[in-house]
Amino acid sequence: MSQIPEKSKVSAAKVNQDLPNELTIPVERQLTEPYLQIENVNKVFGEFVALKDIYLNVYPGEFVCLLGPSGCGKTTLLRIICGLETQTSGRIMQGGKDVSQLPPQKRDFGIVFQSYALFPNLTAEQNIAYGLENAKKPKAEIRQRVTELLELVGLEGLGKKYPSQMSGGQQQRVALARALALSPGLLLLDEPLSALDAKVRDKLRGEITKVQRRLGITTVMVTHDQSEALAMADRVVVMDKGYIAQVGTANSIYQYPQSPFVANFIGVMNFLEGVIIAEKQIRCGNLTFNVPQNQLSVNQRAKLAIRPEDIQVVFEQTNNKTENTLTAQVEDIEFLGSVYRLTLNPEGDAKESLIVEINTHQARQLDLNNLQSLNIYFPPEQVKVF
Amino acid sequence: MTVTSNRSPISSGKIKPITTSEDWIMRGLLLLGTLWLFVGVVFPLYPMLIRSFYDSNGSWVGLSNYVKYINTPSLSVSFFNSFYIAIVSTIIAVSLALIFSYALTRTAMVGKPWFKILGMLPIYIPPIATAIGLIYLFGNKGLVTTGAFGRLPTWDINLYGANGIILGEVLYVFPQALVILTTALSLTDARLYEAAQALRTSPMRTFLTITIPSVKYGLISAMFVCFILAFTDFGVPKVVGGDFNVLATDIYKQVIGQQNFSMGATISVFLLIPTVFAFVIDRIIQRKQTALVTAKAVPLQPKSNPMLDGIMFAFCSLIVGLILIVFATIILASLVQVWPYNFQLGFKHYNFNNVAGGGYNAYWNSIVMSLYTALLGTIIVFIGAYLVEKGKGLKWLRSLNYFLSTVPLALPGLVLGLAYVFFFNNPSNPLNGLYGTLGILVICNIIHFYTVCFLTASTGLKQIDPEFEAVSASMAVPFYKTFWLVTVPLCLPILLEIGIYYFVNTMVTISAIIFLYPAHIPLAAVAIINMDDAGDIAPAAAMSTLIVLTSMGIRAIYWWGTKGLRKRNQAWLKRS
Repeated sequence: MSQIPEKSKVSAAKVNQDLPNELTIPVERQLTEPYLQIENVNKVFGEFVALKDIYLNVYPGEFVCLLGPSGCGKTTLLRIICGLETQTSGRIMQGGKDVSQLPPQKRDFGIVFQSYALFPNLTAEQNIAYGLENAKKPKAEIRQRVTELLELVGLEGLGKKYPSQMSGGQQQRVALARALALSPGLLLLDEPLSALDAKVRDKLRGEITKVQRRLGITTVMVTHDQSEALAMADRVVVMDKGYIAQVGTANSIYQYPQSPFVANFIGVMNFLEGVIIAEKQIRCGNLTFNVPQNQLSVNQRAKLAIRPEDIQVVFEQTNNKTENTLTAQVEDIEFLGSVYRLTLNPEGDAKESLIVEINTHQARQLDLNNLQSLNIYFPPEQVKVF
Repeated sequence: MTVTSNRSPISSGKIKPITTSEDWIMRGLLLLGTLWLFVGVVFPLYPMLIRSFYDSNGSWVGLSNYVKYINTPSLSVSFFNSFYIAIVSTIIAVSLALIFSYALTRTAMVGKPWFKILGMLPIYIPPIATAIGLIYLFGNKGLVTTGAFGRLPTWDINLYGANGIILGEVLYVFPQALVILTTALSLTDARLYEAAQALRTSPMRTFLTITIPSVKYGLISAMFVCFILAFTDFGVPKVVGGDFNVLATDIYKQVIGQQNFSMGATISVFLLIPTVFAFVIDRIIQRKQTALVTAKAVPLQPKSNPMLDGIMFAFCSLIVGLILIVFATIILASLVQVWPYNFQLGFKHYNFNNVAGGGYNAYWNSIVMSLYTALLGTIIVFIGAYLVEKGKGLKWLRSLNYFLSTVPLALPGLVLGLAYVFFFNNPSNPLNGLYGTLGILVICNIIHFYTVCFLTASTGLKQIDPEFEAVSASMAVPFYKTFWLVTVPLCLPILLEIGIYYFVNTMVTISAIIFLYPAHIPLAAVAIINMDDAGDIAPAAAMSTLIVLTSMGIRAIYWWGTKGLRKRNQAWLKRS
């Protein structure tokens, strides 16, 4: 580790500084050596810095999601992991071996692409057997393995079909079976569900994780869909503009976002601009809020952040305003099925509108049709400042 | 965290992936491909350019050949003649093709499939055969000129000269423009038109603001292609040019007539410069093109409009009628015993024993040459395009390969053929042994038609998922196995298409091989010239008929033979 520049060591460490350790890496995994280690990886395309000082450990059997908006470098990182691209500098260790300079053929991974990349002139079986045949495995063994894999992905009896005769979901399963055929140490999924429609996507989400758990295969998935990442991954790596913004379990990232970017990218977040006026107080316009302990200094400009579901509606029509409570005009009401999403304009100087989610039960109490304004409360323990 | 262990430190230097045997195979093939293009395209041009600075005795004369050319009015006038012919033919052919292709793609006119096939008919007719057909129609004893021998009013169009050349060139380049414009017009998005309708746009404005911009690049491309073809064509002016000299016939006269290779080389440069210029401008313009049509585009279903459909039907019938009349006249001329005295039909002229040109021997040689060209050309072009499109690493070499593959389009056949003579006929060239063999004819033909085939193959390869190679690599399958097991089967229709293109074009070509063919390998298309020179026009028409029927026959066999294949391929390529 001595060669790692001091600066990046800090940035790597800083990412998870305030978090309880168990929220970032599941306990049992802290005891083992990582299977995949990405160390100080940089990638530069001409002038453009695609990846900057990337450090990441992936533990055996872990399902890690690289999540971020398009252009954040997540796909580039995946392609570097498997050797389809070569990093400008830095090291990739897989299974304790430095694979940085190996071409993809010499590495140990299976991959599923968004386009499936199934060979259209070969049947599902032939696609799955493609790598096995090249490895000159005996015919009987290949046949058995293909049957096994078809069963694993739930495509029994469909082996003789051509990709064009199958639905998108079925093609994706064939691609998964093909990626698993050679029993690789590492499974890579590049936006595997993006080309499918919503219903199929939800179903396959569950099935992919089931297969992954069953085989215990170390998996790295790239996605831009936060709900997909939160639902499937053991740990989520949020990326932005070529760097890692935050690493942690779905829960820790949602509950303890480390930056406005992460807060806004994962789920919905309300922001109010303000100034820190005391150790645990922020003033936004003419409103003052109590907030948790933070490292920001007094008089510093800051942002108050709170999730829509954390804002509470105050039902008692009391005139004496308590702390962290404000009155807001209702601008818009959106019905989303199980919840209502209200857009509110807070009274006072704050220019930002707020989004609040209330459940149907609360909505019934509120008489939404004639709702003009309402009082809302920001529980201090749910408020974050950046 | 538990990262630390006794591993070597991370090197701060740039990471270079190790080179595998696969990479070496790829590089080796790429180098071989580059070498092939250098030998086929670049090296031969050098001795030709140099030759234009020497006189017939081999002494250095600097620019005096050029000075002499410019100062000899009988020579330099051809330069302007060629321009005149090319520009007029281009304007006429592209205008006609634009209307024709619009009728094919955007109207509900009846008989569209037939018009499509018949509009393409001239592709199978060598330009020289078209010219012979024109002689029998508009020549001194032609059907039209004599008013069907007195039965109808006479009409003399003064065939021999500019009129005849333009008429012949228009027929020759029309299908080329038609292919480009039909493709451009069929790539559209119906939703654009629906949006225009919803915004209550007049049909004229819709045409000017949606249709024309969407075919702009196709139109420009068609114009340049037609210009180059008409500017450099040799067959038509040779037969119906009369005293109207153009550059192509001048080169022929200098080289074959006067054995003045230096002046031939000089005129070749005059022929080459405008062609290269047109090629470069077209490339620059096409580079600006961006895809207007996405994968989600909705195809346009033309609605019926009786008035427009009727006019278009009449127009297309007229064009197709003219093509068919010329074609029928060639066949008729080959069958008539003694034009215009004895109109009994027979196969007398198909007995080539008493005429120049080599007869059936030449015909057979042409078929053999075309088959070799089709087979080897398709393999070389496809592998070349694969390496450029799907290869990895050595980006500069792949770019160079791409560039060299597009250059042949800018090389007129006569220039290429003459350059090959200078290059391969040099005893100090290690490839000298090829000179005077079938091999060099095949190589010359492969290079002559290389660009179109290369671009066809590239386009096909671009449509194949770029992740196939990545997936194969993840399964440790080398690229050449995937090439053979997946890429080739998927591209089979394209491969066959390229093969047919090579066959047909090699059958009809004259310009590239006229200086190159050895006496012991007579060729069919060249035989037409020789018979025409000797005044044996009816046997020339007979040979033309044989060539046309052979090309069409091959196309028909291909059509029937690949029905099942196409069906299967459609199923593969269909996306859910």
